[in-house]
Amino acid sequence: MLQPRWLPYLLIAPSVAFLAALFLVPLGQTILLSVDGGQGFSLANYARMAGDLNFPTALRNTFALVAVVIPLQVALALVMGLMLQKMTRGRELVLWIWTIPLGVSDLAAGLVWLAILQDSGYLNTLLFQIGVISGPTAYLNSETPVALFFAVVLAEIWRATAIVLIILVAGIQLIPKGFGEAADIFGASPWTKFRRITLPLLKPSLQSALILRTVLAFEVFAVVYALGGRNFPILVGEAYTWQNENQNYGVAAAYAVLVMAISLAATIIYLKALRVDPETQG
Amino acid sequence: MKTLNHLAIAAIAAGAMFAAPVAKAQDLVFLSTQLRPIDEAQKVREVLLKGAPKTTYVVEEPPQFAVRMKAEQAAGKRTISLMGALHGELQPLVPAGSLDAVDDIAAKLGASGIPAGLMELGKLGTPNQQYIPWMQATYVLVVKKAALPFLPAGADVNALTYEQLAAWGKAIQEKTGQRRIGFPAGPKGLFARFVQGNLVPSYTGSMVTEFRSAAAEKGWADFKALWATVNPNANNYNFMQEPLMAGEVWIAWDHIARVKDALTAEPDQYLVVAPPAGAKGRAYMPVIAGLSIAKDAPNRAQAAAVIEHLLKPATQLAAAQEVGFFPVVDAPLPPDLPAGVKLLADGVAKTQGAKDAIVALLPIGLGDKGGEFNKVYFDTFQRIVLRNEPIRAVLDAQAEILRSLMIQTAAPCWAPDKPSQGACPVT
Repeated sequence: MLQPRWLPYLLIAPSVAFLAALFLVPLGQTILLSVDGGQGFSLANYARMAGDLNFPTALRNTFALVAVVIPLQVALALVMGLMLQKMTRGRELVLWIWTIPLGVSDLAAGLVWLAILQDSGYLNTLLFQIGVISGPTAYLNSETPVALFFAVVLAEIWRATAIVLIILVAGIQLIPKGFGEAADIFGASPWTKFRRITLPLLKPSLQSALILRTVLAFEVFAVVYALGGRNFPILVGEAYTWQNENQNYGVAAAYAVLVMAISLAATIIYLKALRVDPETQG
Repeated sequence: MKTLNHLAIAAIAAGAMFAAPVAKAQDLVFLSTQLRPIDEAQKVREVLLKGAPKTTYVVEEPPQFAVRMKAEQAAGKRTISLMGALHGELQPLVPAGSLDAVDDIAAKLGASGIPAGLMELGKLGTPNQQYIPWMQATYVLVVKKAALPFLPAGADVNALTYEQLAAWGKAIQEKTGQRRIGFPAGPKGLFARFVQGNLVPSYTGSMVTEFRSAAAEKGWADFKALWATVNPNANNYNFMQEPLMAGEVWIAWDHIARVKDALTAEPDQYLVVAPPAGAKGRAYMPVIAGLSIAKDAPNRAQAAAVIEHLLKPATQLAAAQEVGFFPVVDAPLPPDLPAGVKLLADGVAKTQGAKDAIVALLPIGLGDKGGEFNKVYFDTFQRIVLRNEPIRAVLDAQAEILRSLMIQTAAPCWAPDKPSQGACPVT
């Protein structure tokens, strides 16, 4: 008979070993690769990365995407979640439909939007049939950067709002009904109820949703690659290009470490900014 | 007890699965970065390898090819004996020590008529033969016949200059409202080869040394004017056969294997001509795929036999017909080629036989820096043409990057640059 004290450790050991072998080891290797200058420690790869033609653009595009997409997704998911709460019939069906994009791989999602938005795509076909345009119109090339940016934003919102929604719906369900009823008795307006009850009590869920979504947004790749290719450089895309086309693994590793550092920083900022009282947790 | 039995059966099955490749290890594994699409790979298995020793033909994309070679070497366990890849993809394997010299096979093939220049390329800048030339191709201009009525007066479609091509594109744009010239400048396109193999040497007679010369400046200015008539989606094009077949593009530059589908689908709609000429001549870049044997190959003798089979004139001609790569050995093409392949063969002949032709070879001796070499040319294009930066300043800045790359790799000049002692200079 095993010591019960050891049992939990024994049970989590496989997953810890699995993560260590397949996550921590490659992470360490990547960091080492990024500071390997051939003859010992060197920041040459980072200098090369920062001095590259596409680096400022990639950095700007990635942050612009996060800054536009995340607030929109959180706002949309909040509205959708609150609407769901008010529904009595067909709630599951609506939730199910809203979360369909979660089941689609991100490259497939990018290709779907490419099929809609390319020159001879569905959007142009429709616009042509109703007489708005007279021939194929391009939205996704280097001469239409604004349209391209919004195409990527649209595809990202379509693809990844559902993950925020699911976390928030779970959070909304945890809010005790009593608070709302008490507020009703004191004549609080719906807006006051939202601000004073729903939002504060949703803070733990919002925090998880924001961390998860922001980290994923900094790692965005396949959707952008499908829609923008070289026309819309982003950090992960540059890492891919340095690894595959330029075959310089050091600079690719530097990009990977940078993306990780940015994601970590974002997580810490959320943890500090949306500090959750231990008492309100779970 | 029953569960245990199941477990035992599962373990045996798993063991058998892991053991299977060992049992088959005598089979020759032929890994190729060329002829990857399923139908082409099937042609290799069923037609090109027919009559050769038993071979397992597997394909891999170029970056994964490099990673796999590296990984097998690091693991100390080679499964691959024979590799088929482009000159530039085999090159990084020399400093990595993954290639076994094939001087013995080269000696046996002495009488097959492989041109000495091609054989020399196969040494990859070393004293020994690193690969045997396998098939060749080049980059051409494909013209849809619909574009011919707009050809500027005085221009010969078979001897275009860059300025005439720009005027042609402009005429098409004015008459049809569309920009119908296309280049594969997308993420998987071969546009860097156009810049280093066609554009720059056509104006300078050099790929590296004269990179920032006044002649190069003129070439870039001309090309910038040409780009105004190029389809704005060019940055998304990877294989030009797609926009050609979609009717989006009428005049396209690309590798012959990447336009073949359009030509075989509608051979009567197209012409294939030599790429345009600049002030110095009509530069073109021959593409060479080679066959190499891995160091510590599990099956070297059989790999050598497969190489000899693939270089037989009959196999070489079958490759031209089936997959659109042309022979490296002395083997005249039969007159009954399919119409699309015939167009390509004529286009290649016109390109190689042009009076003002300049041969620009694929980079030699760059080791694993081939990707960064391409990046210099693509970045130059991006800055001058797409970002509208001043040409002189960009050429000066990029020339510095090119120079440090040449010094780092110590690669001597290759054609069309004059041979150099030590690293190829950038003046």
